[in-house]
Amino acid sequence: MDRIPRIPLAEWTDTFIVYLQNNFGSSTQAFADGLEGFIKGLQGILIEAPAELIIIVLVLLAWRLAGKKVAVFTMLGLFFIYNLGLWAVTMETIAMVISAVLLCMLIGIPLGILGAKSQTAHRIIMPILDFMQTLPAFVYLLPAIPFFGLGVVPGVITTIIFAMPPVIRLTDLGLKQVPEELIELGKSFGSTFWQMLVKIELPLARSTMLAGINQCIMLSLSMVVIASMIGAKGLGGIVWRAIQTLNMGAGFEAGVAIVIIAIILDRITQNLGSSKKGKESI
Amino acid sequence: MIEVKNLTKIYGHNTEAALEMLKKGASNQEIKDKTKQVVGVRNASFTVENGETFVIMGLSGSGKSTLLRCINRLIKASAGQIIIDGVDVLSMSPKELEELRKRKMSMVFQRFALLPHRNILDNVAYGLEVQGVKKEARQAKAREVIQMVGLSGWEESYPENLSGGMQQRVGIARALATDPDILLMDEPFSALDPLIRQDMQEELINIQEKLQKTIIFITHDLDEALKIGDHIALMKDGEIVQIGSPEDILLSPASDYVARFVENVNRSLALTAASVMIRPRYVVHPKDGPRTALNFMEKHGLSTLFVLDRFGKLRGYISAEDASELASRGIKDLADIIQDDMPTANPETPLADLLDVMAYTKVPIAVIDEEGRLQGTLVRGSVIAGLAGGRGESING
Repeated sequence: MDRIPRIPLAEWTDTFIVYLQNNFGSSTQAFADGLEGFIKGLQGILIEAPAELIIIVLVLLAWRLAGKKVAVFTMLGLFFIYNLGLWAVTMETIAMVISAVLLCMLIGIPLGILGAKSQTAHRIIMPILDFMQTLPAFVYLLPAIPFFGLGVVPGVITTIIFAMPPVIRLTDLGLKQVPEELIELGKSFGSTFWQMLVKIELPLARSTMLAGINQCIMLSLSMVVIASMIGAKGLGGIVWRAIQTLNMGAGFEAGVAIVIIAIILDRITQNLGSSKKGKESI
Repeated sequence: MIEVKNLTKIYGHNTEAALEMLKKGASNQEIKDKTKQVVGVRNASFTVENGETFVIMGLSGSGKSTLLRCINRLIKASAGQIIIDGVDVLSMSPKELEELRKRKMSMVFQRFALLPHRNILDNVAYGLEVQGVKKEARQAKAREVIQMVGLSGWEESYPENLSGGMQQRVGIARALATDPDILLMDEPFSALDPLIRQDMQEELINIQEKLQKTIIFITHDLDEALKIGDHIALMKDGEIVQIGSPEDILLSPASDYVARFVENVNRSLALTAASVMIRPRYVVHPKDGPRTALNFMEKHGLSTLFVLDRFGKLRGYISAEDASELASRGIKDLADIIQDDMPTANPETPLADLLDVMAYTKVPIAVIDEEGRLQGTLVRGSVIAGLAGGRGESING
């Protein structure tokens, strides 16, 4: 065994990343600038807006989509976060989650459709998703730095890589679960590819896709916290500083805030799929 | 008009070899053993005239659904031709095919295939929406057909709130909304309760009387086939084993398989007066006189005799008693004793409608055509023989 020279995987990886950096550095920089502008803008809006307004909006949303109990929890939870003085950092985190989830949907849903429609695409995409989901997050936090520098952009990009797989997978699954007879129905009336997709397949895949988006949101939140290691700030930044300074109290406060946000986002988005249909059928 | 010629569907990746074997007459099993390809439809040929209801019947696995789907190319046939208004569906480009499906034909499904996220109105309007018809126009048309199938008031409801029978009415309304020439119906009533199924059959017959569509209707239920079909094709193992009118299928089954199929059927629905009547061989004319009539009756053991005029028109009947009385009085003309209260039927009257009459009448039922000419007579024996599966004529012959 020892006769075989060591495979220089690490060197290859370094060479590859340098190559990418040299050849695609400028275009990634342009993308990064655009993304940064968007995230910063969103953060600015959320932080500048009166906290009361945001609380009211979220409580109403929770009430409509998830019922009274969740609404009460949302109100108390957000008030508690405000009271701890963590409002601004919480809004930073939420802005990052929103940005990451939007991009995940923008990229993930078309890829999911592609996977459902083309067996070849499916065979290529699925192993990559496995790779993305199982590779330890820390490993791709590092290469994000040379491309995007330190800060919020590499944080969001690593978050996208980490959180996108469920969107793709469940879009693919949802589309494949559309009953054969309804596909035949669409075809038998002469629907075009896009008519099939928009009028039949996507509406029927909706609840499965929303389950994917719910998972995506939860994964984004967890990854945004980890991404504070490369300077993404937000609630994760406080946790990260608390670890470095062994300030357990501050770390616990930020941790509780993350849990509260996680529960609110989860409960609200969990019910997206079922709530609408229930209302219509009454 | 739809002409299907030598249509063959083989499932699998290597259909060439299988087609070759099939041409040489190999059985489905042989083809499967040799080439691993499965034969869905074998050399099916038939013609459907405009405005007729053509039923394709067979048990599950007989290839009937595959055959139907070949017609609008949901399944692409391996060989053969499907000619609709002069154009072969199999050679159409994807655009032409889309156009054909949009305008010329629509489909009704076994499990209704309603879109759960749309209300009834928008489900019915689906085909028009695909055609690009503006919202007001398509909804107006949809309301119209919804009313035709008797679902007014349900436009805003969702499919899950409708019973099976109502859901299939929506399916039929949707298929009619685009005003297609051709309706493809894939076991549309199989998933319904028997009573609802009968209602729907009646409804379809009513609608068809009004609209005169060309319908290809799939079923595994022979009673249903006999009730609604103008012609019936019976399929077995992918092959059409017999094509004919309901009576042909019932009265002259082409093979043991068909015969076994029709054994348990309710024949009174399919048989008409014409198919079991006896030719009117023993009749008299008014001028024949009572002696001749009595002679006739005696010879053939009849108690009544139909009287025709010179043109074959039915005047009525005479009884043996009246005739003998007339003879004893020495009157030559039968005119005085002709009675005209005999039950009559026309050749198309279904036997089911005549059974009641048959039970009470003492006189045979006279089957007369539109001009009043006697076409035949129905006596108990021939009707019972017809119901039992024998032929009406054989009683006499």
